[in-house]
Amino acid sequence: MPLAPDLAGREFPPTPPYDVSRSQIAAFADAVGADDDVHRDPAAARAAGHPDVVAPPTFPMVVAFQAMSDFMADPDVGIELRNVVHSEQRFEIDRPIHAGDVLTATIGVETVRQAAGTSLIATRSTVRTVDGERVCVAYATLAHRAPSGDDA
Amino acid sequence: MTVLESGATLGPVAYVVRRSDLVRYAGASGDFNPIHWSQRVATEVGLPGVIAHGMYTLALAGRAAAEWAGGADRVVELGSRFTRPVAVPDDEAGVEVEVVGDVKPTDQPDRVRIDLTVTCGGQKVLGQARAVVTRNA
Repeated sequence: MPLAPDLAGREFPPTPPYDVSRSQIAAFADAVGADDDVHRDPAAARAAGHPDVVAPPTFPMVVAFQAMSDFMADPDVGIELRNVVHSEQRFEIDRPIHAGDVLTATIGVETVRQAAGTSLIATRSTVRTVDGERVCVAYATLAHRAPSGDDA
Repeated sequence: MTVLESGATLGPVAYVVRRSDLVRYAGASGDFNPIHWSQRVATEVGLPGVIAHGMYTLALAGRAAAEWAGGADRVVELGSRFTRPVAVPDDEAGVEVEVVGDVKPTDQPDRVRIDLTVTCGGQKVLGQARAVVTRNA
């Protein structure tokens, strides 16, 4: 099934509030091998001028990925994750994410291009605190290949 | 601490990636796309086998940039294209991903750009990978 051509320019509703915990930041830092104390030790983070432990720079993806998943599951979109390859990603970071932040992401589709049986979907997810402070803008391009036999 | 002078070359640093790392990253990030843990699904969709999350590879590049910059909080921009998949074998050895940085100026004196060359088996796996970081005081 080809993607709806009018997807470009669409904005989707914000994700439910995501409570960032110290444990999640530590687990993410462990997963990417970031061994700085500021990811795990609140005292070390405060000594470095932060209110609480600091997330690694790609942590906003956790919230942005939720927005992408909701977008792909939208009845107007209907993309299965297994048919998607991440083709490009960029973060513009306003400030590091800390434990205690409560975040939502709002995803919009910037462009949809077709290339050799693949749809290239350029998205922009804005990550904000529930108080409205922007912490990051995550730009993702997703390459979607319709499964074979389903490309009519 | 690394001195981020324009023209400097940073690294290389090498990181080993194993299947277990991908499973752990899936859990920590919420990205459970089966192409990152199921050989069956990965080959069904035409991949050479289980591949690393692009975001995992980019996170390793970001880790290198953060260490060079003197802290994760100094990274203000990070991104790349995912040009070649990193196939991760189902063995204990895994694969090695190598990161080299080249420091470039920006139009802001307190920020530099680090152009990141990220390779696996001698082949570039990320395209136009770069971080913008605030410079050490």
